[in-house]
Amino acid sequence: MTLVMVLGAALMLVGFWGLITRQNMIKMVLSLAIAETGLQLIMIAVGYINGGTAPILDSAVDKLSAVQQVVDPVPQALVLTAIVIGVAVNALMLAFIIRLYQKKHSLNISDYKDMKW
Amino acid sequence: MVRKSIALALMTGLAFILASILGDWSPMERLSGVAYDYVAHGASDLGAMNLVTAIVVTYRGLDTLGEVTVLFLAASGVAVLLRRADGEQQEKTQSKRAASEIVTTGASLLSPFIVMFGAYIFLNGHLSPGGGFQGGAVIASAVLLLFLAHPDYKLRHDVLNIIESFSGFTYVLVGLLGLFLAGGFLDNRFLPLGAYGTILSAGSIPLIYTLIGLKVGTELAGILENMKGRAL
Repeated sequence: MTLVMVLGAALMLVGFWGLITRQNMIKMVLSLAIAETGLQLIMIAVGYINGGTAPILDSAVDKLSAVQQVVDPVPQALVLTAIVIGVAVNALMLAFIIRLYQKKHSLNISDYKDMKW
Repeated sequence: MVRKSIALALMTGLAFILASILGDWSPMERLSGVAYDYVAHGASDLGAMNLVTAIVVTYRGLDTLGEVTVLFLAASGVAVLLRRADGEQQEKTQSKRAASEIVTTGASLLSPFIVMFGAYIFLNGHLSPGGGFQGGAVIASAVLLLFLAHPDYKLRHDVLNIIESFSGFTYVLVGLLGLFLAGGFLDNRFLPLGAYGTILSAGSIPLIYTLIGLKVGTELAGILENMKGRAL
């Protein structure tokens, strides 16, 4: 699971690198989505217990000794929430980009200085 | 060049922070605190095989209600942003290029099964991996396939709105029923728990997940249609 964690950290770095170096707004949204994926991988890896199985108590897991057999379900529930919120935020950002593009016909973030001080 | 080096310095700092956080991290040996309690009592108290579902729908049900609200707000935000202003003329109605026969045939063959699979996922959320959000996303993917095959396809907005409002309202109503008839808001035990491991078990969890599935499916379909309508 340390491998997953390192991979998640690497994805976060790639995402934030893209977010601060790219000028194209759609690429910035994609970078944010990549960073988000890395964060989700890290959260899942935090809840992993060596040798544990999925927290679904069917016939494969004995109900009485389940606490010794399953991984932590709480981070998984949190990641489920994080994925849905991520989708919502990405959709909203893309809608803003569509609107901005219709105003100025440019996707370059440097062309929008109206709110800059 | 200055910009690049500032970015590089920022990234080095972030990498340093991440490395120092992950460096002294060691894997958990056993469940701790609240997770232990959920795993030890979740199945016998709530009757749900899938403990993640038990946490999402019941133990942390209020968070999920908030999550559904955030998704609803985002969908409304997309609709408001991409709405046609009064003065704005309709885009030139040049008909879009029709999809090839392979895509149209495949879409009409597959989309009913994709919707059925989505319903399967949210109906079995308390028994197997899956749940309302995943099932809703699968249903929205069937809508996306229809949009790809038939570019001029229109959704019935009135029907979508009715389904969405109905499921959101009933979700809150089910939560209040839990408050009055059982232990607390969104408590699933006001319906009989049923036989452990069957589809009609775990009290109101399948009901809540069905409502969430319908709501998420219609909301994501609405987002897709709004974005399609404004694509240039």
